[in-house]
Amino acid sequence: MEALDLARWQFGATTVYHYFFVPVTIGLVFLVAILQTAWHRTGDERYLRLTRFFGKLFLINFALGIATGIVQEFQFGMNWSDYSRFVGDIFGAPLAIEGLLAFFLESTFLGLWIFGWDRLRPALHLACIWIAAVGTALSAYFILAANSFMQNPVGYTFDAERGRAELTDFMAVLTNKVVLVTFPHTMFGCFMVGGALVAGVSMWHLLRLRDSTDDDARLDRSAFTTALRLGAVTVMLSGLGTIVTGDMQAKVMTEVQPMKMAAAEALYETTAPAPFSPFTLGTPDGSEPTFQVEVPHLLSFMATGSWDGEVEGINDLQEEYQQTYGPGDYRPNIPVTYWTFRWMIGAGAAAMGVALIMLWSTRRSRRPGATPRGARWLGAGAIALPLLPLAANSFGWIFTEMGRQPWVVFGLMPTSAGVSPGTTVAEVATSLVGFTLLYGVLAVVEVKLLLTYIRKGLPPADPPVLHDGESPLAFAY
Amino acid sequence: MELTTVWFLLIAGLWVGYLVLEGFDFGVGMLMGVLARDDKERRLLLNTIGPVWDGNEVWLVVAGGATFAAFPEWYATLFSGFYLPLFLILVALIVRAVGIEFRGKRPEPEWRRRWDVGIIAGSVVPAFLWGVALANIVRGVPIDADKEFVGSLLDLLGPYAVLGGLTTTSVFLVHGAVFVSLKTEGDVRVRARALAMRAGVVAAALAVAFITWTAADAGEAAVWGLGALAAAAFLAGLGATWRGREGWAFVGTAVAIAAVTAMLFWSLFPAVMPSSLDPAWDLTTTNAASTPYTLKIMTWVAVFFTPLVVGYQAWSYWVFRRRLGVHHIPDSPAPATTGH
Repeated sequence: MEALDLARWQFGATTVYHYFFVPVTIGLVFLVAILQTAWHRTGDERYLRLTRFFGKLFLINFALGIATGIVQEFQFGMNWSDYSRFVGDIFGAPLAIEGLLAFFLESTFLGLWIFGWDRLRPALHLACIWIAAVGTALSAYFILAANSFMQNPVGYTFDAERGRAELTDFMAVLTNKVVLVTFPHTMFGCFMVGGALVAGVSMWHLLRLRDSTDDDARLDRSAFTTALRLGAVTVMLSGLGTIVTGDMQAKVMTEVQPMKMAAAEALYETTAPAPFSPFTLGTPDGSEPTFQVEVPHLLSFMATGSWDGEVEGINDLQEEYQQTYGPGDYRPNIPVTYWTFRWMIGAGAAAMGVALIMLWSTRRSRRPGATPRGARWLGAGAIALPLLPLAANSFGWIFTEMGRQPWVVFGLMPTSAGVSPGTTVAEVATSLVGFTLLYGVLAVVEVKLLLTYIRKGLPPADPPVLHDGESPLAFAY
Repeated sequence: MELTTVWFLLIAGLWVGYLVLEGFDFGVGMLMGVLARDDKERRLLLNTIGPVWDGNEVWLVVAGGATFAAFPEWYATLFSGFYLPLFLILVALIVRAVGIEFRGKRPEPEWRRRWDVGIIAGSVVPAFLWGVALANIVRGVPIDADKEFVGSLLDLLGPYAVLGGLTTTSVFLVHGAVFVSLKTEGDVRVRARALAMRAGVVAAALAVAFITWTAADAGEAAVWGLGALAAAAFLAGLGATWRGREGWAFVGTAVAIAAVTAMLFWSLFPAVMPSSLDPAWDLTTTNAASTPYTLKIMTWVAVFFTPLVVGYQAWSYWVFRRRLGVHHIPDSPAPATTGH
């Protein structure tokens, strides 16, 4: 193992881990803001109880999101110092702006929201969660603009004397065609996760309460039915959003990173019209399928927008790249790209399907899970639903980052050239093992805590009163 | 003024903001072990920083991002060179952040005790290591002609650096105790004040030694001046603590931390990371900087948004200005015996 491999594993592991918390945060903050707005508008206590309940889950998740976020910023310098030197003039700016514009907003206004229930007037308190929500979206935009530069470098020039890329047009970086399609795709992906968590948790409670007849249970059922519908509709609408924006992304990708598109299908020879294979048995890289389900013309449509469009194959692109960039292997890890692309689509589609079934189960005044068999299936669905879009988000990122390899900045800098030259194997190994152990322990703690608070159910409604200065705080650590 | 100088000043300003603000919440974290006598008092301490500690930490994130954007070579050399200390700081900050958020989420004493250890360690370790890191930056570390750090971990633990670390740790502890005395009422407030006085004597001795060493090395009048200001402000802060003027005491310790940070950055300029091997290999505001175009964009962003950020952060401090007492802390529910 070289420091390069360990540094790549560390970046992959810490980023995938961090990105479990990000979509939950972004998805849930908007839904909590919507629930609180509904309470503010209607005065209906169900919405207040739901705001508090999902707000608590949101905060448990957010704690780990911010804690693991600092690692992301630091490790560019720690493990990838030559990368940082090479792109810092361009890449650093969106990162710094993300901190200044977004992180300050999120942290300050969430602090105000958490501790301000009995300090701020209701409208001002409501504004705090919306400002925090806007902060998460801003943050997503700037970090995706930085990432999009790595996929499709624009607005720069290469300074041979200093051996680095230099910014020439900041607007071009912020309006990179990749970020324009990636941002909505990512946001819809996050909303799917938030919606799925709300729907899954609500369904679980509806099933738990389905035989209770007392008044409390009836009130809870009514609240969770509303939440379930909100969550399920969010999953389905955002799911449609990811499909539309994903389709736009595929066309941009075909244009700027054709190798990634070819790797998504393991298409070795240039083909027109090109089919898409949802499923393959054979060699793991799809080069010699023994059994394959193929949808004719579909890849052509995904890549080019025309059912008969020509899609370049891996072998032709490899030759082309060798002529442009010199000898080398320009193919990404095909099994990884091929399968993560499918799993992303499959998990996302499955989430939409489960959400649809759940929505159907609450039609008119029906009670979900009236039959034991139905209850069993819905219960399994409630557990699976939040995990499906979360997995889809992960697979999507693994696909897009692994599909860029062997480049760290496409066409400009190979990943192997970006690693810190002075950092030793022992150092990277220490931090890799350290972060892995710490993250593992924290994952167990976090999941257990989330489950505890999910089981607790809806908190009582007592509406917040402005503080007299003597009574205990409405919220305290 | 050149934009590289502007950005050097801005980054110094971000460090001032970070150390003054997170300085007191590191201090409050450390006090969980020595000041609080029971669970309610520990919760009281945490709630004094509850609404603001996360925003305080963002100053660090922005300082890091600004260094990356304005001086990529500095960011790259510093972060890869100080690898293991930064790894420890990251682990500490993670454990601390999760501890603050999770501690009160379960009633079991064992759960809370464990997170207390995490919060205390997670406050002491970065408080010490930031002092070590800043002292090393000022003093110079082995950097070769390729702008690469070529030293070892032991090079980072020289006597000056260790003194720097002890200074930040003890000063933050006092700063935190003064903050607690300002933000609480009742018995905790009285004890915080007494503790600030006792720890303040030790911190003052360490700080004066560190300031003298730094200024003697730099030999500049301005460095001596800023150092003297820091020492005077700290002593004035202790005097105000003794007289029970907690607001002025906090101003004193805050100004002291700001002045020490300013002193360190002043003695650094125009280098950002001097090389101990050859002055020709120093990283400076010129050879480590981004292009003027990038700096210009970043300057506009900073000009518009920094006042806004400072404004709403100040407002959040105003919203939570009231003193807290143990009677404001709600009872925790009894430990659950079943899962439900």
